[in-house]
Amino acid sequence: MHESILVYSGRRYLWVALAVIAVAAAVYGIHDPGEPPNGGTWLGYTLGTLSAMLIVWLMWFGVRKRSYMSTAGTTQGWLSGHVYLGTTLLVLATLHSGMQMGWNVHTLAYVFMWAVILSGFYGVYAYRRYPRSVTENRGEMNREQMLARVSDIDRRCMKVAQELPIDIQELTTSAVNRTTVGGGWRAQLSGRDYSQVVIPASSDSSETGHEIAANPDQQTAIFWLADRLSRSTDAGLSLKLKELESLLAGKAALLRRVRADIRLHGFLQAWLYVHVPLSFGLIAALFVHIITVFLYW
Amino acid sequence: MTDRYKVIIVGGGPAGLSASAHATSLGLSHILLEMSEQHAETVQRYQKGKHVMAEPNILPLRSDIKFAAGTREEVLEGWQIGINETGLNVRYSTEVVAIAGSAPSIQIKTASGDSLETENVVFAIGVQGSPRKLGVEGESGATVQYTLDDPGRYQNQTIVVVGAGDAAIENVLALAKQNTVFLVNRRDEFARAKDGNRTQILRAIEDESVGCFYESSVARIESDADGNDYEGKPHCAIVNTRNGEARVPCDLIIARLGAIPQRKLAESCGITFPNEDPAAIPQLSSRYESDRAGLFVIGALGGYPLIKQAMNQGFEVIEYIAGNDIEPADQPVLADKFRPLPFGLDVNATLALMQEKIPLFSGINALVFRELILSSDIRMPGSGEAIFRKNDYTDTFFTILGGSIRIALEDGSDTVLSLGPGQFFGEMSLLSGRRRSATATAGEDCVLIETPRLTMNKLINSIDRVRDYIDREFILRAVQSTFAPQATLEELRELVSAISVHALKSGETLFEEGDTADRLHLIRSGSVAVSRQVGGREIVTAYVAAGNYVGEMGLLGRTKRTATVRATVPTQTISLDEKTFNQLLKANPGLRESVQATMRDRITENARMEAQPEAGDIISFLMQQGVGEATDVLLIDETLCVGCDNCEVACAETHAGTSRLDRAAGPTYASVHVPTSCRHCEDPHCMTDCPPDAIRRAPNGEVFIMDNCIGCGNCERNCPYDVIQMAATPPQKPGLAQWLFFGRGPGPGGQTVDAGSDAQKKAVKCDMCKDLSGGPACVRACPTGAALRIGPEDLVSLVQRTRPF
Repeated sequence: MHESILVYSGRRYLWVALAVIAVAAAVYGIHDPGEPPNGGTWLGYTLGTLSAMLIVWLMWFGVRKRSYMSTAGTTQGWLSGHVYLGTTLLVLATLHSGMQMGWNVHTLAYVFMWAVILSGFYGVYAYRRYPRSVTENRGEMNREQMLARVSDIDRRCMKVAQELPIDIQELTTSAVNRTTVGGGWRAQLSGRDYSQVVIPASSDSSETGHEIAANPDQQTAIFWLADRLSRSTDAGLSLKLKELESLLAGKAALLRRVRADIRLHGFLQAWLYVHVPLSFGLIAALFVHIITVFLYW
Repeated sequence: MTDRYKVIIVGGGPAGLSASAHATSLGLSHILLEMSEQHAETVQRYQKGKHVMAEPNILPLRSDIKFAAGTREEVLEGWQIGINETGLNVRYSTEVVAIAGSAPSIQIKTASGDSLETENVVFAIGVQGSPRKLGVEGESGATVQYTLDDPGRYQNQTIVVVGAGDAAIENVLALAKQNTVFLVNRRDEFARAKDGNRTQILRAIEDESVGCFYESSVARIESDADGNDYEGKPHCAIVNTRNGEARVPCDLIIARLGAIPQRKLAESCGITFPNEDPAAIPQLSSRYESDRAGLFVIGALGGYPLIKQAMNQGFEVIEYIAGNDIEPADQPVLADKFRPLPFGLDVNATLALMQEKIPLFSGINALVFRELILSSDIRMPGSGEAIFRKNDYTDTFFTILGGSIRIALEDGSDTVLSLGPGQFFGEMSLLSGRRRSATATAGEDCVLIETPRLTMNKLINSIDRVRDYIDREFILRAVQSTFAPQATLEELRELVSAISVHALKSGETLFEEGDTADRLHLIRSGSVAVSRQVGGREIVTAYVAAGNYVGEMGLLGRTKRTATVRATVPTQTISLDEKTFNQLLKANPGLRESVQATMRDRITENARMEAQPEAGDIISFLMQQGVGEATDVLLIDETLCVGCDNCEVACAETHAGTSRLDRAAGPTYASVHVPTSCRHCEDPHCMTDCPPDAIRRAPNGEVFIMDNCIGCGNCERNCPYDVIQMAATPPQKPGLAQWLFFGRGPGPGGQTVDAGSDAQKKAVKCDMCKDLSGGPACVRACPTGAALRIGPEDLVSLVQRTRPF
């Protein structure tokens, strides 16, 4: 089938990356500056300039991805290069530093670089791992279809409940209205169900007042219905309660898949919220690094 | 009392109005009979604000009534003003039921029983047809309606809808939101409806938001005017159901039973059609007169679907009836076209010369031929110039008026066929929709007529003689180029009687594994899937496209079929029996070796596919999705797709803001996803009924829509894959940097504004980014390589490729 970014064009960029690393390492090994290796030697400057240019090119991917008219290679080719050549930066920048670290702005840029690249590694992992899970979880339906079916079930629940006693109506309505899907990033990534339900005051007690309860996977509502069912002596009502119960169970199963879909898509996207801001941080730190080197060295 | 007129015009559309207006200005005694209550019923039925275009641009308008492109309302109002100003003699709500006699005395009977007498009749009834009636007791205009303009007008009513097609289902779904709706379906399923509509209606019936009577029909309609009470409703539909009679009190009954084709009415009035083909047009003289003297046919029924053509004909036909010999409006257009020709003849003489010189066109009636030339191009290529090259995707048809043409199977190889004046070429791609199978090069002083596919197909469908003539040549040349390049056509002509054409429906079996092998099949259009039984299950081992043959294994040595071959789409094959094939083998040294080589490759391929049954399953799945008729399909590998929708954004950004693909929609099997996106079919469904012939195929195979689209929506309805949309062009939006730094515009993929409902909408579809270098933007913009455009011939190798990390 189709080629992934890792094998794109016979792993062209892997070989380029390996060659760059090999050459850089070899020169570093041979080079004897007569002082501890650092960014100020001719090799240091060369590696530094190369790395800075590479960083600018890597950042340019964001522009290329949105240049839909561009005929400069394919976006896939660029991404393949982005991944492999981005990885060489770890070696190039490390050699450029001559392994000299400190609590200063230069090392800050170096740390940023590592953070960006490591988050990128996670991205590669996510892109290879999760699409398959998304397909498996989704089955024959896409998210819109699943949600359409959920609202279908909701409508049927309301229809069944219409003819039932008021407390069952209240429970069903609240279970429908207080079902939540998605939410903030934590809810999306955890896939937890924050749905709620209003437990009606029991019809045979004198209590008034309602209680709002968590309703993960509709379990609270189903349990309440089961309880009501166990005490029901009316055959018609029992039948309706059973129907409601199975509708809610079906809805819960669908929503589990929807949440899993949201969660997996979250995994596919969330890392970019780290990777991209960090790369802008890197650019800023890199800028300061270069300025300070020339002003104060 | 019987009135007598010089001319009676039947049909109050643009053609009829124009004819009537001109009859008024010439002072001919006439009357215009219109079935409905208003003029131009077809245009009236357009949705509100729809833009009506005035194609073809090159043709001047010649009418006493004004017409220019504009909204439906503007156009209708313009005509109404024309009717008022010219003082037309119109009689509305008058349906013609019979026409008898011929010039100079024709009798017309109307539905209300009136009888009119006239010297001439102009038939301008269009092709929309009148809606099919329920035909039950109690049916009248007050109780039953046949269209539904605005579902929103009905609230809290009880409505019975009769019918099970798309129109009925769409009405039911639109009405069910705020009304109680019952659907009466004659059958027990909704087989005729589109998938989307079927799913929705079944769901609505299941959750009881719509009531449905299956295997039922309306027996009669009762009304409260008869003194009965139907629970406060004005009517009651009596429905014959499986379980006996049901009574449904209701406010309204809507019947959506399709339309009676106008051809029926025309035929009953004595107008002859050449054959049963629904696309056939009636036989008319160059003055629009049918075989029956005094009976004229103009407009869409006569094969001219565009408003301007129809109006021009209305003007011209009245001139002819008045005895004036005027030149048609297209005369200057033709004169312009013929200017470079070396003959020094006027337009009519040139047309006559063409018909005389080209046997294929001789005997075609002058009007049809004129129309054919009007839409054709005259080409005078220099000697040695390539007209088309092998593997081009063009599908026009060429006839040779002068000079010669050389056809070679490979670019630069030996000529296999030399053609001279009067002969034709290009018929293979025309009929199969496939790439050109050979290269055609111009000789000295070449003059060619290049006719577009739609025009040529219209001709083939209308005139049996043309169809047979082209068919015969096609078979000969196909057999020659595939099996006997050394033989001459004359030698092969003897064999042609033993060659037959098989037509297969989609999914039909050509032959089964184990059958006795007695024929070889050359696929002329469509494609087939080859499958074998392995370990109790059927495995698809190959896909064979038009231009190739199947069945050679059975014929060469073996006697039983070794595989089953089924059509993946409607397919035609040219079949050669064993004896003929053996004659060919004997007469053509080298043929045996080449067929054996093909066989060897196929056996190897089969073995590989049998080792990978899952690959065969993917092929089967793709065939079920209609990929068999595709020439280039977008496939997404779901193990790579991260759902970023950069493909859709890229499509929208490169195509005026509207994405022509819907990534998430469409079926998936074993991680191969077929998104809703154009497949550039071999024989594109969208092209079948395009009034301005705006859908064309580019040399590289892209099926695209040109700017002269009139926005009628036929292609959108005809596409079985839902890949055509009607969209308005939004205003230009600010660039990426403007958005990034200043927040201007909606950013990549966003729409600037909703173009609004009154914006002019045209059909838009994937054009495979034919105007961009580098290929389709969707594929180039995919960051992970999940999107791929591929021709079906490469499918087998794609699904066999195993996935390296």
